[in-house]
Amino acid sequence: MTDAGVQLLAAALAIGLGAIGPGIGIGMLAARAMEALGRNPEAEGAIRGNLILGLAFAEAIAIYALVVALIIKFV
Amino acid sequence: MRIFGIAILVLAVVIVGATQARVKLPHIQIPAEAIAGVGSFPITNTMLAGWISVVVILAITLRAVGQSRDVPGRLQGFIEVVIGFFLNLCESVAGPERGRRFFPIVGSIFLFLVVSNWMGLLPGYTTIEVKEWRAPASAETVAVKKDVHLAKDDHAGKDDHGKSAGIPLLRAVSSDLNTTLALGLLSVLLTQVYGLRYLKGEYVQRFFNFREGPIGFYVGVLELIGEFAKIISFTFRLFGNIFAGEVLLAVIVFLLPWVAVLPFLGLELFVGLIQAFVFAVLTLVFMTLATTSHAHHDDSHSGVHDPASGHDQAHTNRAHS
Repeated sequence: MTDAGVQLLAAALAIGLGAIGPGIGIGMLAARAMEALGRNPEAEGAIRGNLILGLAFAEAIAIYALVVALIIKFV
Repeated sequence: MRIFGIAILVLAVVIVGATQARVKLPHIQIPAEAIAGVGSFPITNTMLAGWISVVVILAITLRAVGQSRDVPGRLQGFIEVVIGFFLNLCESVAGPERGRRFFPIVGSIFLFLVVSNWMGLLPGYTTIEVKEWRAPASAETVAVKKDVHLAKDDHAGKDDHGKSAGIPLLRAVSSDLNTTLALGLLSVLLTQVYGLRYLKGEYVQRFFNFREGPIGFYVGVLELIGEFAKIISFTFRLFGNIFAGEVLLAVIVFLLPWVAVLPFLGLELFVGLIQAFVFAVLTLVFMTLATTSHAHHDDSHSGVHDPASGHDQAHTNRAHS
């Protein structure tokens, strides 16, 4: 395999594997938020704010993987 | 009838775009490009974009403040809503006194980021090209530069897609790692300053804890590492989101020109707003945590702050105050 081929494969693996965890995490977060919303619709504002913050944390992990992938690909 | 016409128009644009338009994949690179320089100090396109967004914020604010009236007009009303929303948020998370103190920092971070993120999506950003500026080489760097140059040429030859030699005149501010690092450092350093000012010795003890045995000491070390982790996470979250957005738009335009990019532009508007909001709110939450004394809390709260439990804590504080 050529160097460029290995590079492409590494970038794909970095973001592909790195997206699994955050995907599961975001799914769980959203599911629980919906559940909470169903139980207590008045708390919508607080739930939404906290959900967005939590999503940002989970998503940040995927973004780290993406940054690594981009660095592998473009640097 | 009208919808039908629009649909045909869109379809036509898609077909023409997909078959006729030649959109080149722009050269994607992580460091910002230098468009000008003073001496050996380069002025990059992201710096220029940053100055422009600062001027835009200033112009809007001055205009709204200059003609402020008791019965607000549209602009003033809009700005009052934004400011009021953030002031409320600060006061509800950090309490009235600290909230008013943190508000200028948190609000400025939010405004700067949201304006610069959205301006990065304007047409003209990354598409208007100029010639790249090169620093005048000094004697000792010439030898090194030669090597670098060779390597660069090699690299450019590999993923060149037949593009011009120009570099973009403007680029989204947060797609430069330096910008986000500066903001992250600012946020974390100010958190330390406020922690020291409000809690004095107790704040230092949080990191260098000799009184609660080895476990307490270890927790202190973890907290210290956590402070540095905050810088990294602030930096890469914002940079990653905005830079990835730029790459995404470029690739979509390359794959299917003109129309397919519109929903993604909407997505990027949303991402820009959310990331600015997250950056500001995290700064607020960390500052609140740093200035909250642990002495009055039960022991279950004195553990390590991973961000998630940290947020929980901010809410207990809210309930307590």
